[in-house]
Amino acid sequence: MPKSIPFLLVFALALYSATVRAQSPSSSSDLAPGSAQLLNPDELLKLLQSPAGEKPLLLNAGPSLLYMQAHIPGAEYIGAASDKQGLDKLRARVKSLPHDKLIVLYCGCCPWSHCPNVRPAYNQLNAMGFNHVKVLYIANNFGTDWVDKGYPTIKGQ
Amino acid sequence: MPTRRIVLIIVAIAIAVAVYEGAQHRSAKGTHPGAVDSPAAAFNLQDLDGKPLSLSDYRGKVVLLNFWATWCTPCRGEIPQFIDYQNKYGPQGLQLVGISMDDDAKPVHDFYQQFKMNYPVAIGSAGLAESYGGVLGLPVTFLIGRDGRIAAKYVGAVELPVLQQKIESLLSSAR
Repeated sequence: MPKSIPFLLVFALALYSATVRAQSPSSSSDLAPGSAQLLNPDELLKLLQSPAGEKPLLLNAGPSLLYMQAHIPGAEYIGAASDKQGLDKLRARVKSLPHDKLIVLYCGCCPWSHCPNVRPAYNQLNAMGFNHVKVLYIANNFGTDWVDKGYPTIKGQ
Repeated sequence: MPTRRIVLIIVAIAIAVAVYEGAQHRSAKGTHPGAVDSPAAAFNLQDLDGKPLSLSDYRGKVVLLNFWATWCTPCRGEIPQFIDYQNKYGPQGLQLVGISMDDDAKPVHDFYQQFKMNYPVAIGSAGLAESYGGVLGLPVTFLIGRDGRIAAKYVGAVELPVLQQKIESLLSSAR
């Protein structure tokens, strides 16, 4: 057996691994509570209210009936990212933006670990090459973790 | 006797303060839409089969009003138990009503048939949710007493033994 075969196998494995990483630079596993991609509600509020600094593009990726009752002022409605229509709308909204644009996603439809929307939306933006994406960490739901704290909201589409 | 009089006055003031604060507390609880002790908001909807569905149809019954959605995992987890409650407590006067907060009715129809839901479900609206104090996260479940007032509100997945105990308590209350 040629001595070069083990070397070639290792090389092929390394190449495959690098390719997979390049195709998915970050994944929803990054969204574990406490991870750097998450913003707590008080952090987002400070960011939005601060006169200085880059303002994020704030996108709501949740169900419309919840958004219509109350949402964060300045948020744009994208639609539930758990379905294709929502992801299509998300792609269309960001396709002309620079990849270093600060984008904040949020939903708040249900407890964090059960939210069907924030992870697909986050993964979509990552797959498109956006590298400055944050997700609002809503532990329980938007009512408990934002509205009940007295943080600003508006209603309607 | 002066000392005795002073004690009586202090006791009277304490009672008056307690009564006043109790009234304030009840008022605060019952004032806001969807608050415990407040009247449950009336609604006139259509169920998934197109039949009229009104809260007033169930006057005199205990109503479990559940805001849910097919995409909500904790909501889905509660449905089989709610189906059992309808079977078990329906003859005693419990009526379940589901309000779906899905954006699209199709998955609700599919879910309804797949899970063989045995109580009426209607598609909700932002206005209906607001009349119950806002539904800004799912699930949210209300128990409405025979008197038409909200007896309990549960935000998030409900602890089923607690819910069941409350249902039994309300069912045993006088009409």
